[in-house]
Amino acid sequence: MVKVYVPIDSTALSLGAERTAKKIIAEAQQRGLSLTLVRNGSRGVFWLEPLVEVATAEGRVAFGPIAPEDVTSLFDADFLNPSSASAKAHPLYQGLTDDIAWLKKQQRLTFARVGITDPVSLDDYLAHDGYQGLKNAIQLSGEAIVKVVTDSGLRGRGGAAFPTGIKWNTVLNAPADQKYVVCNADEGDSGTYSDRMIMENDPYVLIEGMTIAGIAVGATQGYIYLRSEYPHALATLNEAIRKATIAGYLGENILGSGKAFHLEVRRAAGAYVCGEETSLLESLEGKRGLVRFKPPLPAIEGLFGQPTIVNNVISLATIPIILDKGAQFYADYGMGRSRGTLPIQLAGNLKRTGLIELAFGVTLRELLYDYAGGSASGRPIRAVQVGGPLGAYLPEHQFDTPLDYEAFSQIWAVLGHGGVIAFDDTVNMAGMARYAFEFCAIESCGKCTPCRIGSTRGVEVMDHVIAGKQPAKHIQILRDLSDTMLHGSLCALGGMTPYPVISALNHFPEDFGLSNKQAAA
Amino acid sequence: MDHALTQAQLDTVSAHIKAHQHVPGGLLPLLHAIQDDIGFVPETTYPDIAHALALSVAEVHGVVTFYHHFRTHPVGKHVLQICRAESCQAMGSAALENTIKANLGVDYHQTTTDGEITLLPVYCLGNCACSPAVMIDDEVYGRMNADKVHAIIQEVCHG
Repeated sequence: MVKVYVPIDSTALSLGAERTAKKIIAEAQQRGLSLTLVRNGSRGVFWLEPLVEVATAEGRVAFGPIAPEDVTSLFDADFLNPSSASAKAHPLYQGLTDDIAWLKKQQRLTFARVGITDPVSLDDYLAHDGYQGLKNAIQLSGEAIVKVVTDSGLRGRGGAAFPTGIKWNTVLNAPADQKYVVCNADEGDSGTYSDRMIMENDPYVLIEGMTIAGIAVGATQGYIYLRSEYPHALATLNEAIRKATIAGYLGENILGSGKAFHLEVRRAAGAYVCGEETSLLESLEGKRGLVRFKPPLPAIEGLFGQPTIVNNVISLATIPIILDKGAQFYADYGMGRSRGTLPIQLAGNLKRTGLIELAFGVTLRELLYDYAGGSASGRPIRAVQVGGPLGAYLPEHQFDTPLDYEAFSQIWAVLGHGGVIAFDDTVNMAGMARYAFEFCAIESCGKCTPCRIGSTRGVEVMDHVIAGKQPAKHIQILRDLSDTMLHGSLCALGGMTPYPVISALNHFPEDFGLSNKQAAA
Repeated sequence: MDHALTQAQLDTVSAHIKAHQHVPGGLLPLLHAIQDDIGFVPETTYPDIAHALALSVAEVHGVVTFYHHFRTHPVGKHVLQICRAESCQAMGSAALENTIKANLGVDYHQTTTDGEITLLPVYCLGNCACSPAVMIDDEVYGRMNADKVHAIIQEVCHG
């Protein structure tokens, strides 16, 4: 029976994929045709979602974007027989999915299975190289696993880019009766959705990565701290954990190795600051998410005072392929000290948005124009914010910067979690600077003064600037205030809010009522 | 405002407290369970929660009020969240917010007079590839405009 795929990813659903799927079933019944409908993950080609695929001997053939009202015309064109002339003549026929240029040029390692498999099918996961990494890991000592991770050059994909192997080594060498692995799935940065995609579309790869982490450092309990805005990810993860436990991939005796690892999803509750690791740990302990002083590092005294690995979803989901293919395989991708690949998320005002996984080194310009095809509005792209609400705004003359942690830090910008938000020339950058302070004021945990008070003072100062009141004086106050927050805040929320603010001011002074010359003074 | 709970609601709260009192870090899961079932976390439940988890009432209050997700008052039949974050702003969410507020006749954190919709701001739904985005109850909708949001509200409330 012919297999038809309609994604179950929440962005695909947000574009009507559920109704498209139902319409396909109904239309097939009406016409007396039989088909098997598979709800796969999304490949992240969101400009073609809902992407309907039909399995053939040559591979899957894609049609998209298929709104529910396009379904009848698909059947009229005999799309279940995609090699037919009528199917090929359908205006939404895209050819073999694997040949879509936007996908074909990518280097999918962490996202290798995403969009291809049925997310909660363990059989599908196993049939696509799933659990090969864990099988290798259980043959190795903790030290040997940590060495593989260290040698791969993997750095924390949550944004801080700290070497993952070094963090694991600290936990490995911290003696304790109980250790923990915590996955930071509080993906609050605007413009980012790669964590969500992994959890909804390939949950087992995250579960496998956490299990390997647990075995490596001797932690028997893991928690996924998941933002409450992701109900679909919650359901998918819980279902996958249930199935993995039944099959012996989680629990007291993993694959007969005698090693235990238990996993539980905990829901966050809408506080952005809980994406900061120590605030997250407080929240997991059932408290207000107040940022902790460091040291002690969470690797030494983390959850409930015990040694704890805290890693982002993408970092942990990249572990299985590293343990499967080896450290060198992964390290061969990338540039400089940024090894491997980065799942880049194109967002905002762009024509072709979606998930692009590539080795470090691709430039913003390639992403914005070659992949995304320019702005959605058709107007010039004026500014791009990379790395979430705490990332700098980049003007056009910086679009040739390669995606590399060090290259971004040289231009006082951050790569963060790999989110890229484009704005066209209707954006007012003083307004965006004001918003950065407003967001910080709403989300500050309140523990340190620069963030708690500085964010509110920042909104007030920006109101004066926007109103044109004594701009020179208020711009000076803005710079002083940003300097205080930058150097005096306890965590990145207060400490990096100046990035969007000052980059907006420096690159777009005209929006702050200044000439370029005044801005330089 | 006092929200007297029904006996069934009180029983639900007691059952959740019992199920969570020995869970490590169990306060957030407990608060979620209560809000999932009765729609909010009534302040009248604080003493029982505090007693069972060996906390002070002030600590429970502190946690409930720290997190944007938890609320201490009932909301409308449906919750409409509009994303206010940067990606959605780049696609015109500011104008969308104003139109929806005007159409519904409410500001953020308010409920329409017919009790159907409570409007809330949200900072990122992870749907940034299809901005602007809104969420109604547990479903996200992408590439929104005021007309589409209106049609979805009609369907959800009267469909």
